Amino acid sequence: MTTYFTKDHEWISVDGPMGTVGITDYAQEQLGDITFVELPGEGDSVSKGDSVSVVDSVKAASDVYTPVSGEVREANGALADEPELVNTKPESDGWLFKVLLSDASELEGLMDEAAYKAYVDSL
Amino acid sequence: MTEGAARVARLQPLRPTFAYGVPNLSDTESEIPEVSDMLPLDAWHRTHGARMVPFAGYAMPIQYEGIIAEHTWTRENAGLFDVSHMGQLEVSGEGAAEALEALMPGDFSALKSGRIRYTLLLDEHGGILDDLMVTNRGDAYYLVVNGATKWDDIGHLREFLPDEITLTHLDEYALLALQGPKAADALAKLGLTPAFPDMTELTDLGFMQAGPFMWGEVPLGVSRSGYTGEDGFEISVRAEDVVALADALCALDEVKPIGLGARDSLRLEAGLPLYGHDITEDTDPVSADLGFAISKRRREEGGFPAAERILGLLANGADTKRVGMTIEGRMAAREGAAIFAGNEQVGQVTSGGFAPSVGGPIAMGYVEVEYTAPGTKLQIEVRSKMLDATVTDMPFVPHRYFRKKKA
Repeated sequence: MTTYFTKDHEWISVDGPMGTVGITDYAQEQLGDITFVELPGEGDSVSKGDSVSVVDSVKAASDVYTPVSGEVREANGALADEPELVNTKPESDGWLFKVLLSDASELEGLMDEAAYKAYVDSL
Repeated sequence: MTEGAARVARLQPLRPTFAYGVPNLSDTESEIPEVSDMLPLDAWHRTHGARMVPFAGYAMPIQYEGIIAEHTWTRENAGLFDVSHMGQLEVSGEGAAEALEALMPGDFSALKSGRIRYTLLLDEHGGILDDLMVTNRGDAYYLVVNGATKWDDIGHLREFLPDEITLTHLDEYALLALQGPKAADALAKLGLTPAFPDMTELTDLGFMQAGPFMWGEVPLGVSRSGYTGEDGFEISVRAEDVVALADALCALDEVKPIGLGARDSLRLEAGLPLYGHDITEDTDPVSADLGFAISKRRREEGGFPAAERILGLLANGADTKRVGMTIEGRMAAREGAAIFAGNEQVGQVTSGGFAPSVGGPIAMGYVEVEYTAPGTKLQIEVRSKMLDATVTDMPFVPHRYFRKKKA
């Protein structure tokens, strides 16, 4: 399983053809207390860069862009009752959705963990 | 109503958006206001772990440990807010009350020494240039105006106050607000004494009363007022003394520093309008449901800007009214969201968000008057979804002001 990162502060953890997407610890820290997460529908066809989810914090609503194209296979239902999971466990239990990749080559433009860390440090 | 749309912001560049005048993330970097000046507690905030954002020309603390935790702390204990960005002004001279009355609809001639009134600075059309507090300090009227509007206010006052009236910008003073059910106990621990022997003790200060006090050798102007719906104080202090005062207050177990984010969620729950969002130059006092700011004598006599229009609105009603709404579910409706009754748009949200003490989203907005009765079911459009909303009496969370019983 390999995890990639975007400049928009999403992560995608890829296991075979399936990717799990969330926002990074840096992103949740910047957004503050998350109160609601709008998730994509299961079966939705999405294209890389589409806004497919919205994370609502106390004061702001922020788009989440899918890092890859494909079909949404699962949305994290636990977030309906516990949106704060995105704050407390952004890179594990606070995942947003799972997507079946239609083009694995889209991963090539993303950052690995070291590159993302360097990117965040530069902000 | 403001045009500001509650646009959904990109995660990047990841600056949280706040109704407090900080631009949305989707705005370009160049629209982020420049920080032109530093507040006296700037370093203090950073030492206390604040995240600083540009607001009203200053770097201001938006949050320390987190907005919900700070909000809840203030409702249960006491929160210390730095509001030094706000403008502190003094208006003095023979006829100062009448001069203010020509610009605002308050009855300042009848305002006793040591009493505070909420009032509105009006333009010639009856639009609201600012909302402010006016205190009769005995020898002068003390005004606290919004930070984002203070320079315009000063310009307006200089232009329209008669020459014999003196306007002083107290820019050597900081302003702190101590708010919450434990605020009075906390401030009492500092052992303030009245600045003059015959003046009110701190414990006798009721809501919307003010007086000069001494904290040891340090002079303080203390008002029992605030912007959270809780009991509390606003304390004017010389800039060189504000770090010591903030330290002394935060050394108390019941006091923590609170950022602008929680200040906004607290005032929203308290039903208090935010200038530049819920009230603007394009809103009048009657539509804004701030008719209480037009004193009885002024209603009878007029003599304030656009008095004829505003008194007409008071008598006949306005077309729209600022109301509160609770929203089903957890998705928040924010400034700019359209309000519908069935297929017809009947209003617009001017501020809204998740209300920690309510446990769900709430909003304030202007709605056509036939849809403003409490209990009216409306819909609010957010990201092409229709959220069910119900018009609700404000405040959303009961005020807990310290009102003295009349003797």
